[in-house]
Amino acid sequence: MIRTLPNSKTYLAGYKFFIFIFFLFLFAPLVITMILAFNDSMFPSLPWKGFTLDWFFGDGPDKVGLFHDKINLRGIATSFKTAVAVSFFSTIIGTMAAFLFEQEDFKFKGALYFLMIAPLVIPGVILGISILLFSNALGIFLEDTLGIYFKFLTPSFWLVVIGQFSFITTIVTMIISARLRKFDRTLEEAAFNLGANKFEVVWFITLKFLRPSLVGGAAIAFLMSFENFNTTLFLIGSQSTLPINLYQQVRDGSTPVINAISFILILTTSIIAVANLYRGKKEI
Amino acid sequence: MMMKYKPNKIRWSFVIFFIPVALWLFLLIVLPHLELLRISFTSSGTNGFTLTNYKAFFTEPIYWLTFVRTALYSMFVTAIVLVISLPVAFYITKVASIKTQGLLMVLILVPFWVSELIRVYGWMILLRESGVLNQFLVKIGVFKQPIELLYNDITMIMGLVYTSMLFMIVPIIGVLGSMDDALIEAAHDLGAKKIAIWKEIIIPYTMPGIMSGSIIVFMLVLGSYLTPKLMGGKNSLWFTEQIYNQIIIYFNWEQGSAFGFLLLLLSSLIIWIALKVTKQEFRKVIK
Amino acid sequence: MQIALSVKGLTKQFGDFTAVNNLTFDVEDGKFFSILGPSGCGKTTLLRMIAGFYKPTNGTLEIQGRDMLGIEPNKRPVNLVFQHLALFPMMNVFENIAFGLKRRGEKGEAVNKKVNNMLERVGLPESGPKKINQLSGGQKQRVAIARALVLEPTVLLLDEPLGALDAKLREHMKVELKKLQVKVGTTFVYITHDQSEAMVMSDYVAVMNAGQFEQLDTPQNLYSNPASSFVAQFVGNNNKFRVDLKKDESGKFFAATKSGDLYTLSDSFNLQNSDFFDMFVRPEAIIINPSNPKPEFNIINADVKAILFDGGNSRLLVTPEKTEDEIIVALPQNRQFDHIKAKDSIKIGWDPEAAVCFNRMEKRIYDDEI
Repeated sequence: MIRTLPNSKTYLAGYKFFIFIFFLFLFAPLVITMILAFNDSMFPSLPWKGFTLDWFFGDGPDKVGLFHDKINLRGIATSFKTAVAVSFFSTIIGTMAAFLFEQEDFKFKGALYFLMIAPLVIPGVILGISILLFSNALGIFLEDTLGIYFKFLTPSFWLVVIGQFSFITTIVTMIISARLRKFDRTLEEAAFNLGANKFEVVWFITLKFLRPSLVGGAAIAFLMSFENFNTTLFLIGSQSTLPINLYQQVRDGSTPVINAISFILILTTSIIAVANLYRGKKEI
Repeated sequence: MMMKYKPNKIRWSFVIFFIPVALWLFLLIVLPHLELLRISFTSSGTNGFTLTNYKAFFTEPIYWLTFVRTALYSMFVTAIVLVISLPVAFYITKVASIKTQGLLMVLILVPFWVSELIRVYGWMILLRESGVLNQFLVKIGVFKQPIELLYNDITMIMGLVYTSMLFMIVPIIGVLGSMDDALIEAAHDLGAKKIAIWKEIIIPYTMPGIMSGSIIVFMLVLGSYLTPKLMGGKNSLWFTEQIYNQIIIYFNWEQGSAFGFLLLLLSSLIIWIALKVTKQEFRKVIK
Repeated sequence: MQIALSVKGLTKQFGDFTAVNNLTFDVEDGKFFSILGPSGCGKTTLLRMIAGFYKPTNGTLEIQGRDMLGIEPNKRPVNLVFQHLALFPMMNVFENIAFGLKRRGEKGEAVNKKVNNMLERVGLPESGPKKINQLSGGQKQRVAIARALVLEPTVLLLDEPLGALDAKLREHMKVELKKLQVKVGTTFVYITHDQSEAMVMSDYVAVMNAGQFEQLDTPQNLYSNPASSFVAQFVGNNNKFRVDLKKDESGKFFAATKSGDLYTLSDSFNLQNSDFFDMFVRPEAIIINPSNPKPEFNIINADVKAILFDGGNSRLLVTPEKTEDEIIVALPQNRQFDHIKAKDSIKIGWDPEAAVCFNRMEKRIYDDEI
């Protein structure tokens, strides 16, 4: 049954086989994608025509590698900028929300909390169109009444940031709240007692304690923003993010340059995820 | 933990935290969804309140059929994901030796963060007519000639299972990981067999994890766009595609809003029913 | 007397480490049997082998004459009360106790009757519908025991179930548990690292160290006639003197401390055994300012360092003159010694019969031991 109980050999062998199949299922598409990034072929498929790094470094005319592919490079840059902005803002507001829900008490706290976690059960597509509709209405309203045109209220870089921020902040809040819940408030009292002022208490004691969750929350916000598709789809202007770019290429068929991009993305997300995991284990 | 109200004194910490959070939730969550609801009752042709968009939904079979299909398939996918995830999570937390446990956790969490698009792309490379699997099967002689394995319902369901299952496994691992092994030993010592231990001990104990996983998976699958679009066939239309078509292709925002609102209603309703049936609390499940 | 549990040559190895080393013992039916030892002595391993969670490397294990090797834990006539109780949090008290009965296929009224009967026995007649988290520590304890006892096991195994309770409640539960065992008459095998738990409740106690029993005896005998240095230190309080043994012309034995004091001993020793010995004298065997002592009494002058007042358990901390050694002396609260203050000089003495000597044990039982 479990490791501390006697188990029959067939039970363990059968179970191990199932787990093996599961991990094969989990990794097969990722591994194949990564391998084919090095295939010297015009199509992302077998047969294997030899090893090449052209899909990373080739500069045409047949094989345009990732580092000479202007459209995808621009997509990566846009996604990167978006992710930095989203993780910056959502970590700040997420921290405030964590303090609000964990340490403050006020009327309608339950209702506000419910609103805070609502984005978890709102499909991203709907969040995207709601924000599109509302920003559009608000933009028209502001232009009509004040006569000012706000570019960020039409599909654009900043609208994507706003849209992703609206639900990623919820995730960040929950990560930071979980940590804040473990915070012993007598530490703050001890710091006051030792002569620290309010600002110093928050800076040296509380935020220091929260730091692992702040870093973890920002990292997760970055990853979620970088790969978001559903919400972003409705809010992009002229600057496409990487997932939107890739989607069009995947749908219409493309060279193994997508595999090269996937290779780099899988590798970097894995490194970030493993680093986050390792760091999380170390700082409990 | 209750703090006393001091009516005459403004609590600055509260004000500082409250205002940005309230702005976020009202400007980006409440108002946009109210706007969605409002627009769904308007029409570009006429002014004022109208039910045209909803009428179109119920009279046009392609709309409501897609809707029902999406809902049923989402529930089906959630069930399959659950059946796969429970034994996997159990193996990692309770059966694997402590040494391999850490490694398996990392192996689970790494693909968790790889974007849905890349994972779907991997399957496309594997399964399409010129794909890796076809070449392999033709080579060893199982197929005489390549067969299109993509673009059908079964592949689409597999893809949806694949892209969402980690969201079930991770919360279940979270709950099972904190479960004292002694509970299982005690049940065993008191004479329970494997099936009874699963039914009476493990599943009831894991219920909060199962519910939060199911809610997230169901919600992700229901709102999925990429996987059905890229792996499903011409006939495997997903409701999100209908919404996308209305908003982006036909530029019929009113109709799209009505569809969006119906989808939102459906997801809230099913989650609510699931919570009621299993007697779980939303607040406790979403942690 | 029938033998409930019989163990012969039982050994368990984990890799190179021998957790339980060639143990042989019997437990009579209806007895309260404790296995007492520090953490890591192998007592949990032994218990888990009896319960069936571990397979022994060697040896046999019989319950009421039936060989238990190869029999699954759920088929053995033993039940275990877990260290952290392992009550099922998603079930109420009644369901927890009924769990094992239902697994046997018992149904309906029979189950109700047995469970309610059991609840009555453990003093929780109204608690059936309660949730586990509504119970106090002591009540949880009783539910865990009831859950196992309702299956009428031949042997009930208890894995330090009082460990998680606070001191006051633990004192209370010791008495409760003993009374319960007498009432139901089931054989209890109880493991603990707390010598007081073992002494208060048990008919027999096995003191375990490094995978083996140092001594298996009644609590009284363990206390008054310890068989080894380990038992003398582990059971009850004791003053330990690191000594060399000397023999005078008349064949009498003396213990010589490092600071040069010589104490008379009553026993004879084989000096070839070892060069180093530990001598033990219990605090309550030491008499303050003895009047009319027997001639063979060891009497020394000592300075009172501190008075450790603890009601009926009060003691004096003294140092023999011109030494740094510390001796704990029981301080009876009969007003006779109220005049003693810190820094006083007093006389203390003990009967050589009250002192025991063993080969020195180098291993420390507690990390902060001096």
